[in-house]
Amino acid sequence: MTPTLQIFLIVSAALFSIGLLAALSRRHAIFILIGIEMMLAAANLNFIAFWRFAPKPHQPPVGVMLALFSIAISAAEAAVGLAMIIAVYRHYRTTNVDQLDQLKG
Amino acid sequence: MNGAAFIVISILTLAAALAAATLRKLMHAALSFAVAFVGIAAFFFLLGAEFVGLALVFIYIGAVAVLIVFTILLTRRDIEKDRGFNWSGVIIAVALFCGLTWSILKTPSLSIVAPHIRALTVKRIGEALMTSYVWPLQCIGLLLTAALIGALVLVMEEKR
Repeated sequence: MTPTLQIFLIVSAALFSIGLLAALSRRHAIFILIGIEMMLAAANLNFIAFWRFAPKPHQPPVGVMLALFSIAISAAEAAVGLAMIIAVYRHYRTTNVDQLDQLKG
Repeated sequence: MNGAAFIVISILTLAAALAAATLRKLMHAALSFAVAFVGIAAFFFLLGAEFVGLALVFIYIGAVAVLIVFTILLTRRDIEKDRGFNWSGVIIAVALFCGLTWSILKTPSLSIVAPHIRALTVKRIGEALMTSYVWPLQCIGLLLTAALIGALVLVMEEKR
């Protein structure tokens, strides 16, 4: 059996759902960041799968380029996010997002 | 493209991702996160995008996973307090997965097998990066520099 595009997309959807589960249901800020990274990786998998299954491979390889730029952007996002977590931890001595409620009305 | 390899890689990736999302201990979750990204890189190798797979391994396992481990160690005092688990997130995630799977299976144009293509060499990627994608490349360089400076400024000790 050779995998079709559908199966790749379903695996990618499962990965996205797991990332959403981590981002929504955990109360620790680092877990939320891990979930966001996982959702971005699912999007990258979609880019590569659509590029590979396109009937005529493009010149230049558009899907590969999109995935490369998306990886670079998510690396920048992870660096800034983790720095923010450390800064928040310094101020409030917690990384639990439920306890960061100073702006709550 | 090999079916058995696909099944093994997808089981490994999804199991590691699920472990990263649900494990109680933060450090175990970070290590499962790294394993999940090994699986995603293996998918990229399977799909014929070796360069992107290698970039994923270098960036995610070499840099982002290590950064996450460092952050966990720096905020260690807080680890025991991670008790809360929000079950409405599970419902939303399962509903989203069912919706996406239904719409993927309903689309007939997606049930195609991969065509035979020429191998994508690093030379072709480099040519594309230096000709038609040179502006996005410069913007990414600027963005990464700004992120580096921003992260430094955020974690710098405040002067009193």
